Amino acid sequence: MIEVTKLIKRFGLKTILCGLDFQVQPGEFVALLGPNGAGKTTFLRILASLSKPSFGNVKVAGYSLPNESAQVRAKLGVVSHLPLLYPDLTAEENLQFYARMYGITNYQLQINKVLNLVGLEHRRKDLVRTFSRGMSQRLAIGRAILHEPQVILFDEPYTGLDQDASEMLDKVLKEIASHGQTVVMTSHDLIRAEALATRFDVLSRGVITASINKNDLKNQNVLDFYKQALEN
Amino acid sequence: MKPSFLKATFAIIHKDLAAEFRSRELLTAMLTFSVLVILIFNFALDLNIDVRQKVTAGVLWTTFAFAGTLGLNRSMAVEKDRGCMDGLLLAPVDRSAIFFGKAISNLAFMLIVEAIVLPLYAFFYNETRIFQWEFIAVLLLGSIGYISVGTLLSAMSVQTRTREILLPILLFPITIPVLIASVLASGAIINDAGLPQIITPLNLLIVYDVIFIAVSFMFFDAIVEE
Repeated sequence: MIEVTKLIKRFGLKTILCGLDFQVQPGEFVALLGPNGAGKTTFLRILASLSKPSFGNVKVAGYSLPNESAQVRAKLGVVSHLPLLYPDLTAEENLQFYARMYGITNYQLQINKVLNLVGLEHRRKDLVRTFSRGMSQRLAIGRAILHEPQVILFDEPYTGLDQDASEMLDKVLKEIASHGQTVVMTSHDLIRAEALATRFDVLSRGVITASINKNDLKNQNVLDFYKQALEN
Repeated sequence: MKPSFLKATFAIIHKDLAAEFRSRELLTAMLTFSVLVILIFNFALDLNIDVRQKVTAGVLWTTFAFAGTLGLNRSMAVEKDRGCMDGLLLAPVDRSAIFFGKAISNLAFMLIVEAIVLPLYAFFYNETRIFQWEFIAVLLLGSIGYISVGTLLSAMSVQTRTREILLPILLFPITIPVLIASVLASGAIINDAGLPQIITPLNLLIVYDVIFIAVSFMFFDAIVEE
């Protein structure tokens, strides 16, 4: 579903990603771990077609980037730490707008389904500016899955959420994962990542330094695996 | 699923108008600023009728140009501040649909402000010739040129920390041809200079509009991408 080979990304003289290789099979939930400044967000922005690779090949859902970016965007949902929502529109109006932008026909049914999934049915007529951070983030997830994407990218979805909001988000993410969609999530929250992901990759100094399937962890926990990967 | 160019453009216009009519932040700022400028010029230029007639077109276009930068800045800042520009760029639509959607929304806001300011201007400056169709045509053409290049430049300046300062610095030098042609055409109408005096700046405005729209259309994609 995602194939990345020898990806290099440079900003001026600074190289952020240095020949990164990364593959994700359909239905996998990959947690992309790594310290601050490792290049996780830059990598996700390239996968989302928001940034162009300097060198290397990137294929998402069978389409090459950056040449077939419109096709990739149609198959992709993105949740970042910013909600990408308009505060002066209601939850429903925000979703209606994005539904039009994704060319969804009969979108009202889909909006009802999504609002139900993220638990915001009762707040559909409320302005997004009145939402808490956790509610905004749940609606942001609703926005990202509205067009039923094959691949969903989550960039630090837990940033700024309190315990209750994080637990609510866990439920939503588990629900999404159960639908068999391919997910790549960056997170510093290893405990949450461990509960959700089926594979863990560590991105450090611009390359994937370690990768392990959940089944192969055995007695080890993700924290040990992460520490070892960084030490190596 | 990919929406048509027109559907995506109208979705953006609809979203911008709905958000603005609810918050009224942008229109209030533009209107307040315009009315204040008109009032200040009214008292500052306490001149005889002849001199007033000569400067009146310049006063009007200066007001609209400065008010326009307020609107352009705010319109793009809304997209940038909560990451909504990324939301637009992630949609499987032609990027030029985003440009036209934003440009048409900005033009609508500018025309609303002009429609409210013109009667006030006519009252303070005792000038009724600004309601002639020729004047309205100049106003429309001048606004189209100004907003098309303004939308492009605001998409660029909004990505910087000094966006409020950068936009006018970039915009005013580039739009000088449009502003000069608009002032010349408006002045000729107000001073009853006759059709030949109006036609030349009007033609210039049309040419500039076509060039500015084409250039903005061509470069918007490159500007919004990292």
